[in-house]
Amino acid sequence: MSHLLRSRRDAVLGRWVELVTEGTRGRMTEGEVRSELTELYGLVEGALTDPGGTTAGELRAALADISRSRARQGFSPTETAVAVFALKRAVHENLDGTGGDAAYADFIDFSAYIDELGLATFETYANAREQVIADQAEQLLELSTPVVKLWDGILGVPLVGTLDSARTQVVMETMLQLLADTGSRYAVIDITGVPAVDTEVAQHLLKTVMAARLMGAECVISGIRPQIAHTIAALGIEFGDIVTKSSLADALAYAMRGSGLRVLSGTDA
Amino acid sequence: MQQIPILKIGRFLLVSIQIDLQDQTVVALQEDLADSIVKTGARGVIIDISAVDIVDSYIGRMFSTIAAMSRLMDAETVVVGMRPAVAITLVELGLSLDGVRTALDLEQGMRLLESSLGDR
Repeated sequence: MSHLLRSRRDAVLGRWVELVTEGTRGRMTEGEVRSELTELYGLVEGALTDPGGTTAGELRAALADISRSRARQGFSPTETAVAVFALKRAVHENLDGTGGDAAYADFIDFSAYIDELGLATFETYANAREQVIADQAEQLLELSTPVVKLWDGILGVPLVGTLDSARTQVVMETMLQLLADTGSRYAVIDITGVPAVDTEVAQHLLKTVMAARLMGAECVISGIRPQIAHTIAALGIEFGDIVTKSSLADALAYAMRGSGLRVLSGTDA
Repeated sequence: MQQIPILKIGRFLLVSIQIDLQDQTVVALQEDLADSIVKTGARGVIIDISAVDIVDSYIGRMFSTIAAMSRLMDAETVVVGMRPAVAITLVELGLSLDGVRTALDLEQGMRLLESSLGDR
């Protein structure tokens, strides 16, 4: 089989490039595909000649690289795996049918080897995709938990999106750290962007407020929309003596009053 | 056993905890503090825990005990400088430090005590 790959190199490689280029549906140029596959072709050839050698390892590494980059570029799993499987078809079309049973058996072996490589590609692809998802989840977590300074001694925590334990933990830590760093006495947690409040979310909020209180700061929860107020009341969640306001502006006004600040209009001054 | 110093500042006592707390140290501190309040006639106690990064439920309860004890002798207790990690731990332990007042730092703690004492 390695003999065939060598002797009919141009024909097989040409057909392989053609098949793969077709499969990428114009997202990669023929030139790109050709340079990628020429390298692979050389490695496959080497691996077949010397199955126990280092070339086999290099081949796997090269395949892993390719499938990782495909995964990041957004290729589908089929499109990625087909690139490997297409080699079988390219080789088959170039068999001249003169070898008889021996060539047939040889082709079966070759086919099994390619299948194995295809599966390895697939596995790397899946791993790469999982990595992408994990990275994105982490970025999302960082993005979605800002703590901003509203005024001297007043911090704002605008929460957007669903609150779960992991997020609340991040919010809680960031907020408490900033309270300590800036010496702020008030924190306004605005939940306008939180789509739903259930007992779990309420529990998280209460814990955050309690922790802030232990540190000597006061938390005001704002942005409780009518539907949410309804849900909270219906669920029987006790917010106890925690100050809640319907809008961020009310909460800010409350915090400013508490810090002994007064807002005057231009004419009063 | 290490001893925790109790300093007098004006009408208040300052306890600054700079070491890892052992149960024995805590017991000794409570006794020393009670003695000092009586001896100095202090009106407030400030416990600075900005250097403490590990707490357990026993130490958590210590604050409440000290606060209750001081109140009996007409002194208010303020815990200042609690680190975020400590606050989270105490909340997770379910301790809310009833009867203890808290402030972010020593300065705010002093101001809190001054204002609550007024000109009594």
